[in-house]
Amino acid sequence: MTNHWVDIKNANLIVVMGGNAAEAHPVGFRWAIDAKINNKAKILVVDPRFTRSAAVADEHVRLRPGTDITFLNGVLNYLISNDKYQQEYVREYTNASFLVRDDFDFNDGLFSGWDESKKQYDKSSWNYQFDEDGYARRDPTLMHPRCVWNLLKKHVSRYTPEMVEQICGTPQADFLKACEMFAETAAPDKTMTSLYALGWTEHTVGAQNIRTMAIIQLILGNIGMPGGGINALRGHSNVQGLTDIGVMATALPGYLGLPNERHVDLQTYLNMSTPKMTGRGQVNYWGNYPKFFISLLKSFYGDKATPENEFGYHWLPKFQQMVDAMRFIEMTENGEINGFLVQGYNVVACMPNKHKSIRALSKLKFLVVIDPVASETANFWQNHDEFNDVKPEEIQTEVFNLPSSLFAEEDGSITNSGRWVQWHWEGAPPPGEGKTDSAIIAEIMMKIRELYEKEGGRLPEQILNMAWDYSKKKHPSSEEIIKEVNGKALADLYDGNGTLILKKGQQVSSFAQLRADGSTACGCWIYAGCWTEAGNQMARRDTADPSGLGNMPGWAWAWPVNRRILYNRASMDRNGKPWDPKRQLLHWDGAKWTGYDVPDFTAAPPGSEVNPFIMQQEGVGRLFALDKMAEGPFSEHYEPMESPIGTNPLHPNVVTSPTVRLFQRDAAELGNTEKFPYVGTTYRLTEHFHTLTKASELNAMTQPEAFAEISETLAAKLAIKSGDMIKVTSARGFVKVKAVVTKRVKQLMVNGQPTEVVGLPIHWGFKGATRKGFLTNVLTPSIGDSNTQTPEFKAFLVNVERVS
Amino acid sequence: MSLQTQDYLARSGTNALTPPPRARDAQLKVAKLIDVSICIGCKACQVACAEWNDLREEVGFNVGKYENPLNLSSETWTVMRFNEIEENGKLQWLIRKDGCMHCSDPGCLKACPSPGAIVKHANGIVDFISENCIGCGYCVTGCPFDVPRISSHDKRAYKCTLCVDRVSVGQEPACVKTCPTSAIRFGTKEDMKHVAEERIAELQSRGFANAGLYDPEGVGGTHVMYVLHHADRPELYNGLPKDPKINPLIGFWKGIFKPLAAVGFAVTFAAAALHYLAVGPIDPEEHDEEEKS
Repeated sequence: MTNHWVDIKNANLIVVMGGNAAEAHPVGFRWAIDAKINNKAKILVVDPRFTRSAAVADEHVRLRPGTDITFLNGVLNYLISNDKYQQEYVREYTNASFLVRDDFDFNDGLFSGWDESKKQYDKSSWNYQFDEDGYARRDPTLMHPRCVWNLLKKHVSRYTPEMVEQICGTPQADFLKACEMFAETAAPDKTMTSLYALGWTEHTVGAQNIRTMAIIQLILGNIGMPGGGINALRGHSNVQGLTDIGVMATALPGYLGLPNERHVDLQTYLNMSTPKMTGRGQVNYWGNYPKFFISLLKSFYGDKATPENEFGYHWLPKFQQMVDAMRFIEMTENGEINGFLVQGYNVVACMPNKHKSIRALSKLKFLVVIDPVASETANFWQNHDEFNDVKPEEIQTEVFNLPSSLFAEEDGSITNSGRWVQWHWEGAPPPGEGKTDSAIIAEIMMKIRELYEKEGGRLPEQILNMAWDYSKKKHPSSEEIIKEVNGKALADLYDGNGTLILKKGQQVSSFAQLRADGSTACGCWIYAGCWTEAGNQMARRDTADPSGLGNMPGWAWAWPVNRRILYNRASMDRNGKPWDPKRQLLHWDGAKWTGYDVPDFTAAPPGSEVNPFIMQQEGVGRLFALDKMAEGPFSEHYEPMESPIGTNPLHPNVVTSPTVRLFQRDAAELGNTEKFPYVGTTYRLTEHFHTLTKASELNAMTQPEAFAEISETLAAKLAIKSGDMIKVTSARGFVKVKAVVTKRVKQLMVNGQPTEVVGLPIHWGFKGATRKGFLTNVLTPSIGDSNTQTPEFKAFLVNVERVS
Repeated sequence: MSLQTQDYLARSGTNALTPPPRARDAQLKVAKLIDVSICIGCKACQVACAEWNDLREEVGFNVGKYENPLNLSSETWTVMRFNEIEENGKLQWLIRKDGCMHCSDPGCLKACPSPGAIVKHANGIVDFISENCIGCGYCVTGCPFDVPRISSHDKRAYKCTLCVDRVSVGQEPACVKTCPTSAIRFGTKEDMKHVAEERIAELQSRGFANAGLYDPEGVGGTHVMYVLHHADRPELYNGLPKDPKINPLIGFWKGIFKPLAAVGFAVTFAAAALHYLAVGPIDPEEHDEEEKS
């Protein structure tokens, strides 16, 4: 979240799209209700289904799964053509005025630079025009035909209300009602918050879904504002922390990149990773990249990391290809992987195309599952009739199931969606042989190190040189780990005036203290400040709210540097006048910016040319994404890989995303409308958390058995009654579930054809306290988003029939 | 075994001449306010109720709807009811938490023949003292909201206690504590009516002209009240009765016949007393002798 949970109460409009906040985030949703009651806010839900969020919304607008970009580009078109945007914000704080290279173009579904033979883009034209000093050219009048604003205007002009209706199936009247609600927040003193989750990310165009809303929020002037922002509601209680700490295939902690094969040495890596300033006099905070990275290497390797050995840079793996979870399963199925260590992850239930996952796991020599409950993954080899139709005698994988603790059985920090890092304390020790995850991992690590010491092996330095300065080597405490993450001075540190700021061994209080010379260590630069010399900041519990805006700066600690609202300098105009006096966060006190939040800015005085988005090279929010996205610098509608209309009304020659992640074997398992005429979509219910809580009796009581939701029209057509058992089939397999016939799912008219949506919650399986059921991911296709490789769980094709 | 509270305003199967202990009645009336318009149907209240009261319903089935458990039972004291209403092209998903309404004039208590099996506390809570329950099921027929359920295991009646154990030590009911959107509130009845007024005004400003409070007169008002967007049509919310009344037969039985019965009892007692005065006590020795012989 750019903002945070409590801040939702400041919104005038809450758009729930690409998520179902009331259903999946019922506790945080209290702030949406608070906005409704105390701020007269309206709630708009845009969703294929009438959800629990819709039940308390002012408006619900339907669309077909997988068409969010069309809808949102349609909103952009409406806002721009009706002059419903915040003009000063757009001119000053976005790249609207920046001139784009003359060779950038978009034609018939493809951006410039497409290489059909390689099936990839040369992104060099996706850039600004630069002057002789290397700064981007601008036209503040927004008149220049090559300025971003005019290119954007042209790009979205194709998304008329008629086109939205044709692609999304949203009646024009409903769409225009939604547009009017968006448009009201173009006023400087009105804000809209966007609450989204996996309903946007789990698409082949997931990242672009979110980007389209980001463009809307920028032109409405809602970024940096209390009650505004782009707010990802994270699904697991600490998945934000997991993302921050970089547990991704190509990430290092704090959104630093894992080196790849082109980064032959430290200097090359740093040169390629550190962005250059492209706007005169701007901050370009990522210019500090080397400080964060070298402090990370010092945290990894301690005294072993020296300037002479490039701080141990060469011990880091250099990737040749992205080995994300989807590729990992693919490689496992290809027999390229022998062992799999699964921690807190129910692979068989959570990866798409369950049969593929089973085939892959069956090829492993060993599988280690670290989990607090008996999961389908640890038991993938068991036969459970139709629910898991495998032959145990043919599976040779050796499975180790290591019981771990649940969150309430350990001390530690949990980072919530709003970046608040909150400390929590053990309520009870784990039962039986259960151990904390860190104890399990540490014990494995110590054993591996022992084997390397005794027997040697390939690349022993990675293991042998790793700093492991915990008091109990096999059981590092959460305190020790988070203090290491925070970082410390490895020598006395002096500022530019020669004043001592930190003594050797002291905890750093901000990433501003980090150095690129090896005199500081920091495990995740954005967490610097969470455990300082003043102690554990995450354990703070002061609910004082001096601004009344819900920032509560004394409650726990938020990254970065306890800042509650990102880009908060953009809540004021260039001269420091707040867009809305009722939402003033900061003011200039004559020497610096100060107020109710930690300024996301430098000490540049009011009226300076320094732009508010200091993490960007040019200091402004990007309507045009340069080369940062795989599909293009603007967002474009591409059909889901399994499309119910089989064409793209915008450009029939390019129907689906040209850059989508799809392996050959998986392409052969895609279906079409002849056999699978209905649109399937998967989702979560409030009664359960993924596949974990089916192990809990109380959750099982409230939603005991798998079901699918279908419309009254589809039910009538197939002679299905509520409560009947139905079989839902895709090109990958079938599930049998109970039918819930509901008015909340409706037939849509898409491209002139009636289109039915089949809703499939995901919570049941062959283990647990619920009724035994099929894993819903039997049905879903193994396709990934081009940027994030997140699987497509939200739009695919199925057939439905009644079974007796 | 229940702790004695000495605050009963009414007690089932008990004559007005022998009133229940009620010395401690200087209490404000309490109420739970359920604001249906901001309820998201998450069922956290169901789970909190089960956890606090140590209730475990059997894991059931899906029968084609969101409700689960499907109905109230001796192990399920509250359930969410889901109703899809489509009018003038506008769909609404009306979600109502169902359970005991804690009537000021409780039909269950009036119907109950077993002394002390149902009591009404000074704060308005209507509670079942199960050890006194004889399992006759009269409370089930006496309830205009179809709430009490007879356990198939112990043949006694059960329902929501309004967490009387929590309330009596100054805590709110478990469902109130857990509700994430504050759709369930708890306080004095007066305060809750005030909260409801504000909510109703807000709903009316959003176009729900018939928003209102459900606190039906026919049962003397209730200590569980609803804010409804369509207070003119409570039936939309899974058949919430528009004008609930106690079954007139019970009214007759307990309202008119009961004093007559009391008179009958008094006459019988008086006759016995006269007999004692006139004839004197029974001589136990006479009996002993008779038994011996």
